[in-house]
Amino acid sequence: MGSAPAHITIAPILIPLLAGALMLFFEDRERRIKTALSFISIVSLLVVAALILRRVHNGDETLALVYLIGNWPAPIAINLYADRLSAIMLATTAALALPAMLFATERWDKAGPHLHSMFQFLLVGINGAFLTGDLFNLFVFFEVMLAASYGLILHGGGAVRVRPGLHYIAINLVASLFFLIGAALVFGSVGSLNLAEIALRAGSLEGFARPALHTGLALLGLVFLIKAGMWPLGHWLVPAYSVAAGPVAAIFTVLSKVGIYSLLRLALLLPGDGAAFGAAVIFIGGAATLIFASIGILASQSMKRACAYFVLLSSGTLLATFGLSQPSTTAAALYYLLSSTFAVGAFFMLVELLEREQDTASDVLAVTLEAYGGGEAETEADAEVGKIMPSALAVLAIGFGLLSLVLIGLPPLSGFLAKFAILTGIIGPGAENLTVKAPIIVTLAVLLVLSGVVALVALLRMGIRTFWAPVEALTPRVTVTETAPILFLLGLLVALAIFAGPVMDLMVATAADLHDPSRYLKAVLGAERVPPYAGGTP
Amino acid sequence: MELVIAIAIGTLAGSGIWLVLRPRTYQLVIGLALLSYAVNLFIFSMGRLRINAAPVLDGAQHVDPTAYTDPLPQALVLTAIVIGFATTALFLVVLIVSRGLTGTDHVDGREH
Repeated sequence: MGSAPAHITIAPILIPLLAGALMLFFEDRERRIKTALSFISIVSLLVVAALILRRVHNGDETLALVYLIGNWPAPIAINLYADRLSAIMLATTAALALPAMLFATERWDKAGPHLHSMFQFLLVGINGAFLTGDLFNLFVFFEVMLAASYGLILHGGGAVRVRPGLHYIAINLVASLFFLIGAALVFGSVGSLNLAEIALRAGSLEGFARPALHTGLALLGLVFLIKAGMWPLGHWLVPAYSVAAGPVAAIFTVLSKVGIYSLLRLALLLPGDGAAFGAAVIFIGGAATLIFASIGILASQSMKRACAYFVLLSSGTLLATFGLSQPSTTAAALYYLLSSTFAVGAFFMLVELLEREQDTASDVLAVTLEAYGGGEAETEADAEVGKIMPSALAVLAIGFGLLSLVLIGLPPLSGFLAKFAILTGIIGPGAENLTVKAPIIVTLAVLLVLSGVVALVALLRMGIRTFWAPVEALTPRVTVTETAPILFLLGLLVALAIFAGPVMDLMVATAADLHDPSRYLKAVLGAERVPPYAGGTP
Repeated sequence: MELVIAIAIGTLAGSGIWLVLRPRTYQLVIGLALLSYAVNLFIFSMGRLRINAAPVLDGAQHVDPTAYTDPLPQALVLTAIVIGFATTALFLVVLIVSRGLTGTDHVDGREH
């Protein structure tokens, strides 16, 4: 352990929990207080994520922060575990939550009750899932995240949202039950819920315990893949995401990454380097998801639907690449994860600005705005008139162009670098040493390039239809607060491309951590308690 | 004992799955409830079935673990029940909203 105790590890869970709970004391009309609390919470989350990242990445001796809840001794305590991967995911979540929240303050937080609180509780669940080192705790944080997401997906109301929302909730409730069965089977066979202890004992099981453990892990994998939206399990994702409010859909792009994170964490922790979760199955599923999402993007009539398919495309690419279970490709895929999450998140918000005029949901929004907005909204609307963005169309068009470059994977932005890194990993120099069969590599390379071409065709068509030769001239009424989030995310993507060197170094170190589970075991099982504690010698 | 529990879990889970696949929202809710009973019993049985053994250890003297039943699954079941209860209640609200907005209790919001 490092010199300072690891108390900071629990901050990403406590900060949004306190902020979200505190907001419930204020009426929904007092939006300024809620907004201020939201921003304080998210900005401190960003700072905390950066601090954790600095401690685990540049730290002198420690690779990970382990926080023993209740100061119980190591394998007994439920622990929180923050290594490079957790820190990266925490930072990504906070960096996407900030623009999404800013975007929501313009219109969406007036369209229904408790948006700010639900948003904070969603962050509690996501951050908790990234940090926990205990299987049942992971289930609890999944449920916190899902409960908040049920409320968020219906935010804004209307029959358009309720039907896909109902399917989304039903599928996730059944998935939660599978999670419980899986966790119970793992507990029944291994006798522990601590991820480190499960990994430690998984190799030496005998008799019935071994098939029981494998069945349990398969069920857990199924749940994670449902969350990630892998092909036959992901049909709920597109209808649900394409009706969700813009900022909600933007933060939901992280939600599907939670499934991928959990899968990656658990699969590589167990002996066999991903074999326990059937790396081959995950590769095939990822490839199928890529094909399905590509066809979906081409077939989509509305931009928002296409955008939801981009979430699937990103999931498919990640699953197919992680399915190879090679350190070099894992590092590249992590870079892709960062780039695609920001790009798709920004795209959801951009598309909402463009499609708002003809959107059927916007009529509903107008009604609910009146119902919930009260008298205060009118005065705010008056004040807002002066801030309408000048030459909004030009800014949006440039933003659309840059985001398209990232989504297609054209130079010079981060989308290109990410795909280039994955392709270099599988067919570049050093690829001879990979322990992957040639057909798999060829399939992945072809699919990656083809999905880029598909994205190019679809986005070109959208661009021409919206900006170049629109049927009726588009004059979006867009305010500065709605454009700033998109520009912020674009700035992040540009920074990701400029600082690709250091970021890639971080990813390579992360992948090295992941592919060496003994580091995780050593950190968790060797964690020391914070003195003084009862019954111990000081 | 084992046989009775196994048959109970199997019956509950089977009925639950059949109901979850039905098109009416009410069937869906009852199906989810039955499934969650099955899952809760299953978690409970994963701590091995024992009769007349206490789960709470007496810390005063030396503890013989064989005299006790595993307390962890009982704690897990408790958590699972609470969470399942909350999410089902939330789901019920959504179902009522859906019924109000679409005028039908079909899960797709319209009769086929």
